[in-house]
Amino acid sequence: MKKIEAIIREEKLDAVRIALESQSYFGMTVSEVIGRGRQKGLTLQWRVGEYCVNFLPKIKIEVVVLDEDVPKVLNAISTNARTGEERGDGKIFIIPVEGAVRVRTGEMDENAI
Amino acid sequence: MSIDTGDTAWLLVSTALVMLMTPAVALFYGGMVRRKNVLSTIMMSFAILALVSILWVLYGYSLSFGSDKGGIIGGLEWLGLMGVGQEPSSIYAHTVPHLAFMMFQAMFAIITVALITGAVVERIKFGSLLIFSTLWLTLVYCLVAHWIWGSGGWLARLGVLDFAGGSVVHINAGVSALALTLVLGSRKGFKEREPMEPNNIPMVVLGSGLLWFGWFGFNAGSALTAGGLASNAFVTTNTAGAAAALTWMILGWIHRRPSVLGVATGAVVGLAAITPASGFVHPIASIPIGVIAAMLSYYVMFWRSRAGKIDESLDVFACHGVGGTWGIIATGIFATGAVGGAKGLIDGNWLQVPIQIAGIAVIIAFAFSITWLLAKLVDVTIGLRVSSEEETVGLDISQHGERAYGGLLR
Repeated sequence: MKKIEAIIREEKLDAVRIALESQSYFGMTVSEVIGRGRQKGLTLQWRVGEYCVNFLPKIKIEVVVLDEDVPKVLNAISTNARTGEERGDGKIFIIPVEGAVRVRTGEMDENAI
Repeated sequence: MSIDTGDTAWLLVSTALVMLMTPAVALFYGGMVRRKNVLSTIMMSFAILALVSILWVLYGYSLSFGSDKGGIIGGLEWLGLMGVGQEPSSIYAHTVPHLAFMMFQAMFAIITVALITGAVVERIKFGSLLIFSTLWLTLVYCLVAHWIWGSGGWLARLGVLDFAGGSVVHINAGVSALALTLVLGSRKGFKEREPMEPNNIPMVVLGSGLLWFGWFGFNAGSALTAGGLASNAFVTTNTAGAAAALTWMILGWIHRRPSVLGVATGAVVGLAAITPASGFVHPIASIPIGVIAAMLSYYVMFWRSRAGKIDESLDVFACHGVGGTWGIIATGIFATGAVGGAKGLIDGNWLQVPIQIAGIAVIIAFAFSITWLLAKLVDVTIGLRVSSEEETVGLDISQHGERAYGGLLR
C-alpha cells in the first residue's frame, strides 16, 4: 500500500476527485493548506496599492492505494490537476504505508482501503 | 422654551444611531487586523463606549458645555448632571430636553476616542489605552469641543463653521492618532514589510455600512431639529459618502482592481468630509466634497504605505484627519446662506476659508502637542506597549485571554 499525497490548485479539486472516482477510489482526505513552491507568494489588494503574502492557499488530497494502482492514480491526478501555466500546479508524494484498519469491521490492510 | 416632541424624538433616535457607530468602528477596525488581534481591536472601541459614557455624565459634559471660562473650557456646574434635567437647556437646543442634548453629545465624545485606536492596534497595552483615553477625553476632547460647540467657545466666536464635528471629531482624532503612534512606535515586522493580512474583510464592510447608517444620526441629528435642515444634512451625507466610495473604487481600479476594502474605506472618508459641511452646503456640493476627499485621502494613504516609515496602522490620519481637514475647508468654500445661514466663498464671503484654515491650524497644533505629551506621560510611567512576546502571541490571548475563532475541538 502507498499513500498518495497530492498538493494541487484549489480550483482543480473537483476534477481530481472525479478522476479518482473513475479509478474506483472513493475514499480520500482533503485539507485546505497553505504553502509555496516556485510560485512564491500571492499578491492581494490593500485599501491602496497591494501587498504580497508569503504563502498560497492549496488543497492537499491524501488517498491510500494498492501498490499496483499507483501508476494509474498518479496519472489520473497529474493529468487532471495540470493547467499548462508556468508554475503553481503542485506536487505529488508517494509514501509507503505499514498497515490499515477499517474502524467499523476491524478488517486489516488491503481489505481496509 | 417648550419641548417639541418631533425634535425630541429625532434627537433620541439620532443619539441611538450615533451610539451604534462605535461598535461599527470596532468591526471596521477589527476586520482589518491580523486574526490574533481581532478581539483586542474590537475590545478597544467597546470598552471606550462604556468608559467614556461614565466620564461624560460625571464631568465631560460639564467641561465641554458648561458655562464658558475665557472661551477655553466649560465650568463645573453640571458635574454629575446637576441641573441637567428634563427641561430644555437655556443655552443649547431649546426644543429638546437638556438630558437628550447631553446624551447626543456623549456619543460624539465616545466615537472620537474610539477612532484613535485604529492607529495603535496590535501592540498597545490595554490598561494603558484606557488611561490614555481618560486623559485624552479630559484634556483634549473636552477643550476642543468647547472651543467649537460650547457657548462662548473661542473658535466659535472667531466664526469657524463645523456643523457636526469635522474638526472636533475627525481632525482631532486623526491628528491625535498620528501623535500617539509616534510615541508608541511601529508593530514588529512593519519596518521589514512583513505582510499583515486582514482577518475578515466582510466584517470591515459591515462596519463601514453601519457607520454610514449611523452617520445619518451624526449629521442630520446635529440639526437638533426635525425639519428641513436635518433633511439637507441627510441628503448631503448620503451623497458625499457615495461619491467618495465610487471615487476610491475607480482609483483602485486604475491602479489594479476595484478592492472591497477600498470602497468601504472611501465611503467613510466621504462621510467624514461632509460632516462639518452637511448643514451648510447645497446637496450637489457634496459630490465634489466627496470626490476630492477620496482623492486626497487615497494619495496620503498611498504615500504613507509606500514610505513605510510610520505605522499609523489603520490610517486614522489619512481617513479622518485628511477627510476632516478637507471638509472644514470645503465648508468655507461651499457654505451657502440658503441652507444653514452661513456664507462661504461661493456666496462671496472670501473671509470664511481663511477662518476655517485658522481653526484647523489651532486644533492640529493643540491636539498633536497635548496628545504627544499625554502619550509620553503614560509611556514613561506605566508603559504604552505590550512586551515583545505578548505582541508575537497576539493581543487577544495576551491582553484578554480569549481567541476570536475557536479551534478544532467543539
